[in-house]
This record gives sequence, C-alpha cells and structure tokens, in this order.
Amino acid sequence: MSQSFRLNDVGLINRDKKLSFKFNGVIYYGYEGDTLASALIANGVHLVGRSFKYHRPRGFFGAGVDEPYAIVQLYRNGETEPNVKATEQELFEGLEAKSVNCWPSVNFDIGAINNFLRIFLPAGFYYKTFMWPKSFWYKVYEPFIRKAAGLGTVSIKHDKERYEHKYEYCDLLIAGSGPAGLASAYAAAKNGARVILAEDKARFGGTLLTSDVNIGNQTGKEWGDGIISELKEMPNVTVKNRSQVFGYYDHNMLVMSERISDHLPSTKIFHPKQRLWYIRAKEVLISSGSIERPLVFGNNDTPGVMLSSAAKEYLKVYGVLVGKKPLIFTNNDSGYETAIEFKKNNVDPIILDTRKDPQSEIVDEAKNLGINIKFSYVVVAAQGYKKVKSADIAKISDDKEQLGEIENIICDCICVSGFWTPTIHLASQSGNKTQFKEEIDAFIPGESKQNEKTLGAANGIYTLDETLKSSFEAGNKLSKKITNTENKVSFPNVIEKKSTVHDKFWCVPLPKGKNYKRFLDFQNDVAVSDIEIALREGYRSIEHVKRYTTLGMATDQGKTSNLNGLQLVSKIENKVVPAVGHTTFRPPYTPVSIGAIVGREVGKHSKPTRKSPMHNWHKKNNAVFVDAGVWLRPRYYKQGNETLFEGSKREAKNVRTNVGVCDVTTLGKIDIKGPDAAELLNRVYTNAWLKLPVGKARYGVMLREDGIVMDDGTTTRISENHYHMTTTTAQAANVLSHLEYYLQLVWPDLNVNVVSTTEQWAGAAIAGPKSRDLLQKLFSNSDVSNEGLPFMGYMEGDLFGVRARIFRISFSGELAYELNVESDYGNFMWEKIMEIGEEFKIQPYGTEALSTLRIEMGHVAGSELDGRTIPYDNSLEGLLSKKKDFIGKRSLTREAFTSEDRQKIVGVIPLDKKTSIPEGSHLVKDSNAPLPNPKLGYISASCWSVEYDNPFSLAILKDGKNMIGEKLYVMSPLKNKVIPVEIVSSHYVDPKGERVRS
Amino acid sequence: MCPHCGMRSQNEFSYGGDASVKRPELNKEISNQDWDNFVYNRKSLRGKHWELWQHISGCRQWIKVERDTATHEIFNTLKAYEEIL
Repeated sequence: MSQSFRLNDVGLINRDKKLSFKFNGVIYYGYEGDTLASALIANGVHLVGRSFKYHRPRGFFGAGVDEPYAIVQLYRNGETEPNVKATEQELFEGLEAKSVNCWPSVNFDIGAINNFLRIFLPAGFYYKTFMWPKSFWYKVYEPFIRKAAGLGTVSIKHDKERYEHKYEYCDLLIAGSGPAGLASAYAAAKNGARVILAEDKARFGGTLLTSDVNIGNQTGKEWGDGIISELKEMPNVTVKNRSQVFGYYDHNMLVMSERISDHLPSTKIFHPKQRLWYIRAKEVLISSGSIERPLVFGNNDTPGVMLSSAAKEYLKVYGVLVGKKPLIFTNNDSGYETAIEFKKNNVDPIILDTRKDPQSEIVDEAKNLGINIKFSYVVVAAQGYKKVKSADIAKISDDKEQLGEIENIICDCICVSGFWTPTIHLASQSGNKTQFKEEIDAFIPGESKQNEKTLGAANGIYTLDETLKSSFEAGNKLSKKITNTENKVSFPNVIEKKSTVHDKFWCVPLPKGKNYKRFLDFQNDVAVSDIEIALREGYRSIEHVKRYTTLGMATDQGKTSNLNGLQLVSKIENKVVPAVGHTTFRPPYTPVSIGAIVGREVGKHSKPTRKSPMHNWHKKNNAVFVDAGVWLRPRYYKQGNETLFEGSKREAKNVRTNVGVCDVTTLGKIDIKGPDAAELLNRVYTNAWLKLPVGKARYGVMLREDGIVMDDGTTTRISENHYHMTTTTAQAANVLSHLEYYLQLVWPDLNVNVVSTTEQWAGAAIAGPKSRDLLQKLFSNSDVSNEGLPFMGYMEGDLFGVRARIFRISFSGELAYELNVESDYGNFMWEKIMEIGEEFKIQPYGTEALSTLRIEMGHVAGSELDGRTIPYDNSLEGLLSKKKDFIGKRSLTREAFTSEDRQKIVGVIPLDKKTSIPEGSHLVKDSNAPLPNPKLGYISASCWSVEYDNPFSLAILKDGKNMIGEKLYVMSPLKNKVIPVEIVSSHYVDPKGERVRS
Repeated sequence: MCPHCGMRSQNEFSYGGDASVKRPELNKEISNQDWDNFVYNRKSLRGKHWELWQHISGCRQWIKVERDTATHEIFNTLKAYEEIL
C-alpha cells in the first residue's frame, strides 16, 4: 500500500530510510522517525481498535501521551506486549502490531452488539447487573466480562529483557523539554547547577516543533535544537529523551522511566530495555505543558475525530495529513493554527468557530488566506461508522442553547480544539493544592508543597514570551541559590502571533429527537448521559462519580476527559468547577512496565541466597535443594532415580535404625552475655531459667504479648554469664529484634548483650541409635557416655584439633547430638562425620526426612507455631511457669484461650492406613453435611511414618483433648479428597521419650 | 536520620509501632481493660506521631521517630532512652 497521506517535503522524518511493518497482518511502509500512529495515518489507516465497553470503532485522537484509545498489542523480537500506545511507539523495521479489544477482527467485532444494547449498559451497569445471583459471578458473569473487556494480552513467557534501576541526585530536575524546560535548564546549567532534563518523546522541544514562532531570529525548532546541543556538551547536565517522569513522591524523590530499546527492533547486547530512575532533586521544575481539551458532540468518538493539536503535529513533525477534507471545530484560536498549516500545504479546511466574532492576528491570517470560516457554528454529530464521512453542523444561538437548521457537509476528519488543560499531575502528586483559574477554565498548581515549581503552559501561561521569561528567571534563581554562581544569559527576542480569548462553550446540545452518544472519556466509554445518570442516582462527590462511571480511570487517567467531566458535573449541579473539585492525581502518570519496576530483582536476584559452609558437599552428593526462607537447604540426597518420597523415607528410616547427619547451620543462633542474662531468659521464655546449671541446655517457648507462641528452641548455659540461644530458621531475625526491643526500650536496666552468631557457627545434627558410638570416635578424648554427657547436656570437645561445641539435644526423637564448629571448619567437620560414620552406615538426611522424624514424634514446628496458636494448642502448657511473670502471660487468661473445648494438637491416621493426607485439609464430622461444612480443625503437617509404615499427620483440632479415638473425615476440596480418619495422640513414636535419654 | 548513625536510607529501618505505649510492669495485677489497651488498642492518628523504628540494617538500635503519618515527613528522632518532650 502507498503512503497516500504523506506530504513530500514537510516533517522531521528521515525519508531516506523506509521501514516496513505489519498491522493486523497487512504490510505497510513508513519512515524512520515515524510513530506507529503516524505511519498508519500516512497509509490512510484510521481504524485501530474497538472501545472498551461498547466496542465502537476507535481511531487516533492524540499524537502522544494524551492518546486515550489507539492502544495496540505489540510484537517485537519474539515477545509480545499489551497496552502500547500507537502514538508513542516509534516505528522500527519489522514492527508488528495488532488491534486489541475486538474479536474476531477489528473490522467485524462481535462485541459491537454492545453498542446496540447500550441502552442496557449505562453507568454502573456492572455493579447493578452482575451482583446477583451470587453463584453466577464465577461461572457466567466473570468469564463474559473477561472475554469482552481488556486492553490486550499479557505474555505468560519469562521476559528475557533486562531492566535496570538507577539512583541519581541532582540540583534541578526539569520534567519536559518544551520552551519552559529548555529555558530553565539552560539558565540553571549556566549557573553551574547539576541539571537533569527529561523529555518523554524521542524529540526535544515540545510545542517548539509545531508552532510558528521566532526566537532570536530563528524558528522555534532551531532555537530549541541549539539549546539542546549546548546542554548536551555541558558536564553538569544530563539530557534524556524517551524518559517520562511519572511519579512525584515524598522528600522530593521522583521516578522516571527511560525507554532505551523500545524503539529498536531488538535490544542490543548488554543493554537494558528500560531503565527506572529514582531521582532525588533539590528543586523540581515542572514544565510538562498542557493537553488540548476535546469539544463534545454527537458521535465524537468516530475515527477521524481528533485533537487539532494532534493533526498539526502529524503534519509538521511527520509530514502526514490526517485528512484531505478537514473540518476544524474550535472554540479558540488554536484551531486556526492547524487550519493555516493545512492551507499552506494546499489542503482546504473549513473552520467552525463557536465564537461569534473573534478578533485576533491569527483569525485575520486565516481570513487573508481565504479559509472558509463559519462563526457561531458547531458540529452536532459526526457521521460515518468506521471513519468520518461527513458532519452534521448547525448555527448556534448566542446563548448556546438553540441549534439552527442542520446541514450536512462532507469531510474526512474533524479536528477539535476546546482550549488547553495544564498538565498538573506531578505538582498534584507532590501534594500541591491546586487552584482553579477562571480565564482558562482549568486548574493550575497552587502554593508549592515540596521544592517544586511549575512553569509555562503547565502553570496556565499560554504565551511563549511570558513562558520563556518566567522560565529563564526560575532556572536562574533556583540554581543561584544552590551554586552561589550567576552567569546570566541574555533573553532572546520573541515573535509570536497574538491570540484572543476562548469561548467557554464546550458541549454541543443534542438536536431534537436525537440521542447521539457524546463521549467525555474515550478510553472508558463514558458519555454525557452516563454522568447524568450517576448524578440522578445521587452520586455527588466527584470521586464517587469517577468510580461509578469509570470517568478518568485506567491508563488514561483523564488526560483529555478530566476537565470536561468536571465542567459537566458543575453545570448539572449548578456549582462552579472549583466547588466540585477534581479527583486525586496519583502516580504513575503513564503506564510503566512491570519489568521496569522490578528491575534486576528477578529470579535468583529477587532475594539473597544463604548457603551453609557445607553447601558444596551437598551439591556434590546429589542434594535436591529447597528454599527455606532465604536459605538453600538439602531436601533429600537423591540416589539413582529415587523420588522425594522414596529418598526421604530411606533417609528417615536410616536415622531410626542406624545414624544420620543433617545440616542444621540455618538454625538461628544468638549469643547472650551479661550478669542479667538469666533474668532476661526468665522473662522472654515461659519456663523457669534462673536455676539452669552451667553446661546444661533447656528447651524453651517464647510468646508474643498477645499470648501467641512466637518461637521455640533450646538455650544452653555455656558459662556463668554466657548463654547460647537457638531459634527456628524462619524466626531468627525476629527473635533477635524482639530481644533487642525489650533490652533497649522496656528493661534497659538489664545488663545483657545479644548478638546473632548464626553465620559464625556451622551446625550438624547426628541422630540415631548409633550416634553415640560415632560421637565417641569423633571425640576420642572426651567422655560422651550417658553419664559423661547426659540428655540436655553440653560440653566442648576436640574434633581432630578443631574446637567444637557438643549439645545433646534431639529434634528427631532419637538419641541425638548437635555439633557446632566455627563456620570455616564446617566442611571439615562434615567430612569427618561422613568418613568415620561409614562403619555405622551413616547417611545424610535432608529437610523432608527431618520433618518426617519430628512429625511422628509430635514435635511442633513452624506449621504448628503459625502465629495463631497458644502453648495449650501445642500441648506446651507444661512449660508455663506459675511462679513467675513472662512476656504474654497475662494474655493467656483471655476467655477464648481458656475455654473448655479449646483446640489442641492431635495425631491423625487414615483408617485404610494407605491414603496420604494433604496438608491444609479440614477435619469435619460429617463429610456429606451441607456447605459450609463446620470445620473442626486442620491438618498442619503430614508424613509417611517410617516407624509404622503408614501415613501420619498432625492436626490442630477443636476440643482435641477429648477427641482421641474419634472417627472423623479429612476433606480437601482443593485435591478433591475425602478420607475417613482416626484421631490419635500426637506422640506417635516413643511417647515416653525413652530413646532420647538412652 | 538515625540519632546514632546520622542520615541513612529509609530502607535500613523497620517500623515498630506507637512509641507512647508503655509495657505494664512485670508481676503486677492489671485489669483486663488496661491489658487490652496495652496489647491491642492503638489510635490510628493522622498527622504527627511518635513511633518506634529499629535501625535494623545498621546499628540495630531502636529509636523514636516523630513522623507525619499522612505526609511521611519526619520531624525529629530520639535515642531509645531519651524521653519524648
């Protein structure tokens, strides 16, 4: 297809470089420097998608970030990305894009039937209709809405692209490189300030690229190019294009997303696709400009209706005509500028001006060029379905209430201008309370909240001369304050055409007998009638109107619709606009990719990985690792083709019959020293600690102040004022903070120091009936007999020249010991244990076997101490001292904690002794009871008992104390399982604890 | 601003609740109401508020911080033992 709407010599594109691209499967051509939008329009394509709710045909409305609906699905380098604005996506060779929100195709879209059903789809339709019956939501309504709505498809593949984060500091951050941004950046840079100038588009200059002005005897563009190239040379200045400052946060921190590779066919090697900048700026200058407001009339969403500023940009920047028979509909002088550009390129526009008799330089110029201008005229409705074919126009009375006779004129596009809305998003995000400026019918920033100042059009200043003057001054003043240097630049002479006041009229009344849709929000399909309904139904607050109608929501955030929505509400409510107020502006200003937000913190980089000193040994010996918090722990050591189930069973069995060794380095270890150490332990643990002798360990449970179990572990008295505390792997950091909290804030009188030594000690547990024999061979100089080292005893030993701590404690229920050596000797210790253990048939065991062993012993762990259970629930009430106070004790007298049928830990065995019980399943009395079936308890942990060779689970069960021997059902709706079970004691193996003492 | 280490990045600190809460003394009778107030009941203030924070990735000291809960502005910081004026 040919580029039949492309001009021959206008624009900033590179006509020497032709690019091919595909849209909805059709191959087109454009030029380097095009956007996808400009290239499509050059080829006469105006139908790009379907609207969100009614599936009406959608074209282009803007030429940049203001675009509400030209959203496509992009295909680039084997990846796909939704929610891409065709007006922002730069063209590259081989680009592919598809329409979204239409099925089966953009030309024939089944959803468009919504357009004819629209009488049934008014504001709040989803809220009203899909609420009942409740059961219909999942099965009928949600899938329907999912299919019908949505702006593209997210790729489910792993994103191969690389995204980076950058932290930057500067004196002045300037957002926007239009005249205000350039002038202030230049003045500040000359004073030696560190400046970052950010521009969201590929080209710098903003409106200077399209407006017919003269600065210092150059065109606006030439002047801007000169400033930019000078700034780029300065070492104190960073100039960034394709960079959107999208969020203004506390303490003058702003976030900017830089699109580094999106405009290229593929990302260069070692380059990121996008970079997210966190910028802390001493001063922020907001020069984000303004966005043209639409005029509202019937069918104003028809493809071919667009902002007059966009039409001008397509023409002047891309050399593209948006139509060959343009109709300009305006209430101010801006529309004339677009008309004049058409005329200069031999296209005859017609101007409809809502004003009766405007007098200005620009209007005179249009008249002198012989442009057909109709004053006091409005567009009543656009005609044409997939593209504007003609317009119904009429004269409007001076009071703007009455329409004259309707005439139909042929046109192929309607360029609208309803005056300008300052882009105040960043200022408002900073906390600035905005104020309404009557002369421009829009909000501008008020008093600065943080160190921010808004310049130029974003501040409601619409003349170039004033914008440049105030921006030079602001840049100079703020930078001088920081650098104490002043190199004043001379102010250039500015020639611009004078314009006159705009007409406050913006919404064309409906002609008698017609009910055209007049859209306010093009992205979310919100029409005038929807706002009227919302107000009739009693929604008054603008925030409620927004949520009920979806006005100004989604990725568009009301860029073009916000003010017209407010004007309508204020008109119906008979209020002034500032009394209605505006909705809150929140970051991000434009959509930001999840990849950019996440940055490099993906996969293995998402969190630190902690490895024990024995990690490499585990790896060499076929360990299958599992994440335990940030630790990597061996889950089991795979032999041959063993499954996890087989391997862990073998390992656990070997502990029960011979001896096993397990890496327990990950356990939290806290060194406690000081004369009041025993007193501290006595307060944080529930049991008594004052009389623990040196060389003995004790098991303890600590609570939170609300009585819930926080953690458990053993603490050993190493010497008179020196203790060694162990915590669970998961709670290590919390327990340390907990101790520090009480020592520093609550009981600063206690003379105790605590420090984490988790990383300083490597730990190995050796467990099993043969563990003492092995220990004796490891420490041949020590007496480790039952008398020499009794249960819960502690001693130091000499492990072939390495000092080791030996604790006789057990987590498996077997005779067991834990050895600690300094981390660097961890691997030495491990290898010695394996070497000498060989004759005792030692095998290493992983976390899965560890769990099996503790579950069948009825030892509680993280799945029982889950932040919801008190000591009684875990059968730990025997550890509650009656004689002393401790953290959380007072809470245990709460009514719910002392009730007779309080939940308690029990054991669960399937009646068939075969079926494994899924963890998390519920226990119920009657498996056939109607839903919701009353839940009596839940399965906290499951294993295959190696002692009895059948499944065994632990459960927290209501009135567990009296339920032993009962027959219940385990139900797992997730796994679709119902298993009849018997409730038994949680101590399944060796209930008297004889083995650990043997 | 850590009173021990000086200006530090916010992500080195961890929040620890209302700084005005005083733990009841050990071994002392206390009514259910007073205990509940200590354990559970907190005012969710909008505006200036004294809070506890711990400089968890730094000196590990618990500190008192006066912060605006609406704007996150920080006005003052104190060491654990310093009294709020």
